Amino acid sequence: MLSVPCPWCGPRDETEFRYGGQAHVAYPADPAACSDAEWAGYLFMRDNPKGWFAERWFHSAGCRRWFNAVRHTVTYEFAAVYAPFTQPPGVPS
Amino acid sequence: MADLLAQRRSPLAHLAGELAATGFMRELPYLSSYEVRADPAEPAMARLGAALFAGPLLAAAWPTAGRAVGTGPRYALWCGPGWYLVVDEPGTTLESAMAGLPAVDVSAARTVLELTGPFARDVLAHGCAIDLHPRAFGPGSCAQTHLAKAQVILHQTATATYRVFVRASYADYLARWLLDAAVEYVRRIDE
Ligand SMILES: [Zn+2]
Repeated sequence: MLSVPCPWCGPRDETEFRYGGQAHVAYPADPAACSDAEWAGYLFMRDNPKGWFAERWFHSAGCRRWFNAVRHTVTYEFAAVYAPFTQPPGVPS
Repeated sequence: MADLLAQRRSPLAHLAGELAATGFMRELPYLSSYEVRADPAEPAMARLGAALFAGPLLAAAWPTAGRAVGTGPRYALWCGPGWYLVVDEPGTTLESAMAGLPAVDVSAARTVLELTGPFARDVLAHGCAIDLHPRAFGPGSCAQTHLAKAQVILHQTATATYRVFVRASYADYLARWLLDAAVEYVRRIDE
């Protein structure tokens, strides 16, 4: 069981959260102008790094807020949590 | 209206006997509760705090994360950033005080289980992952979390007294789960 550090509620069990996938995926500026490939890329294509990954989490059973987190996909360690629409703090290398 | 009130049944009325038999659990039915969603820095929220809570208790500051303020029977519980649950005795209407604010009467959404006494924390801990030890959770603490996989609001109102706010549709399940978790402690009280 992961312990997820909600920036508002503190550490809680993973079962209180929903996973929201990769963070900072920008919505196309002009969606109607996208080719099918570009639109499919926005909808479906995500990074899958072995290492630190900025991702979205939703505290569905608690404060019901979205937030971003930097998590290591191998060790599952959380390096940082931060508000939506803000850039991640310094990511460990 | 009086006729309707006489006919209503609380979500745990059918388990009142079993809860009472434990010696430390009971339902607090029909509590008034209002969800308020607003930035506590807004002047309207300061006015509401002053209207609801006489004295400087809340007028100055709505509860911070993980905290509840107030003294029985009226409390304000922090549910999330800019999200509060105001709780009061059954039948209390606070609409006029909340006029102009995004507030909704949610009294019928949940019922409340109260656990009191030396075993209350142990019983809750059987199904709750957050740390309920007094160093982390004490009188005036509250949390939205899972209890036995049901979504609840936990509110510790006093030393060894906890309220569990549970949705009406989950109340029967959760009360039966608590009754089961309480079995070993009920025996200890008897001994
Ligand atoms: Zn949270």
